[in-house]
Amino acid sequence: MSIKVKSLSKHYGQQKAVDAISFEARPGKILGFLGPNGAGKSTTMKMLTGYLAPTSGDAEICGKSILTENLAVKELIGYLPENTPLYNDMYVREFLSFVGETYHIANLSHRVEDVIKQVGLTPEQHKKIGMLSKGYKQRVGLAQAIIHHPSVLILDEPTSGLDPNQLTDIRALIKDLGAAKTVIISTHIMQEVEAICDEVIIINNGKIVANDTISSLKNQYKSNSLEEIFRKLTG
Amino acid sequence: MYAVFKRELFSFLNSLMAYITIGVFLLACAMLLWVFPDTSILDYGYAELNGFFSLVPFLFMFLIPAITMRSFAEERREGTYVLLATRPLSDTQIILAKYLACVVLMVFALIPTLVYYYSISELGLPKGNIDTGAVIGSYLGLFLLGNAFSAIGIFSSSITKNQVIAFAVAVFLCFFTFSGFDSISKIFELQALGSVLVNFGINEHYQSISRGVLDTRDLVYFITFVLVFFGFTKLAIGGRKW
Repeated sequence: MSIKVKSLSKHYGQQKAVDAISFEARPGKILGFLGPNGAGKSTTMKMLTGYLAPTSGDAEICGKSILTENLAVKELIGYLPENTPLYNDMYVREFLSFVGETYHIANLSHRVEDVIKQVGLTPEQHKKIGMLSKGYKQRVGLAQAIIHHPSVLILDEPTSGLDPNQLTDIRALIKDLGAAKTVIISTHIMQEVEAICDEVIIINNGKIVANDTISSLKNQYKSNSLEEIFRKLTG
Repeated sequence: MYAVFKRELFSFLNSLMAYITIGVFLLACAMLLWVFPDTSILDYGYAELNGFFSLVPFLFMFLIPAITMRSFAEERREGTYVLLATRPLSDTQIILAKYLACVVLMVFALIPTLVYYYSISELGLPKGNIDTGAVIGSYLGLFLLGNAFSAIGIFSSSITKNQVIAFAVAVFLCFFTFSGFDSISKIFELQALGSVLVNFGINEHYQSISRGVLDTRDLVYFITFVLVFFGFTKLAIGGRKW
């Protein structure tokens, strides 16, 4: 088990953004994190990456607790935040080298080269990040998440706002990465879930309402459309 | 940590803002020191730098908040702080890196003023008649003062998303900690409280170092001052809900 979440909660005052959720994720599988807006998907991801401190509960990433071994966990995780915030005043290579340096990667310029090739940034590699189109910014976001060979990848809406060509590219890349790593992605696009995810977790009002493989969910609710199941569970 | 420090410093040096603020600072120094008759050394009649060292703290009150205001406020507004916070870096390392970048920039602003030392020593009668010890002490005092103001600036930047608010809060806090305690102590002038309050202010310790006497009490004061504001910053950053 590379991710083990144990009754993790986050409360904002009275509001329970995430309410004692537990789940597990295995390497080599892509886990889809679904739910309506405000269900607690991003909050859960932020807690796993160590950005937010949980109100209660714990999670283990490759056997390391997010509470007590915070810095070690951060080395293991690659994270693409929602809306892909990036330093717009930096150049693509400069930014990736900066990220690499924070992980003390050996042979950094070589690794930056590899990552740029891997995410398909080669034609835009000498530009400033602020000048890139949304699709390329997303690729920079992915590149900074995978540069240190993390064993766990957490991607928060990695495909929002991309055109169909870019969608196919990014999905193929995620699927590729998912072969060896544990990947959690959150998304609103059901076709995407069916295309790349092995398992799904549906979360609503901070609670998990479904946690299964896609095919067994379809069997269970006797429906062929994931969208219908989603509406039934969260509507 | 070095990576964050380097990024911060380069982003200062790549932006026009740093050059403009430093330029304005140096211009103001030069005008006050040589041109405006009220403060001009040429009108003053004595070839010494005391006027300069009593003016710079007030210029620093604007220069340093202008340098530090973007450090956390901009990251909050753009949402890029998450990029730093999810790296294997502790909050303390991030704060320290940003702080050091601001301090280095402050030193960059101070270095060109060393030319005044040469001018004054040339103007002295006989030539070279200048109290070098006091000048060294005063520069050390300015450096420590700049450190204290940078810590204030970083803290102000960490409590808001808005750079203008960060700047205004920092200017106020700098002014208050520099000369506010002096003014308050005057209210209690004849009581023991008065002399205690004076010691809380930066001015008292800055003046003491400027005399060219390095007293460990002053050094301890500045170190404590910076650490206290580090603590506040850490609290503001640690309780993040952004």
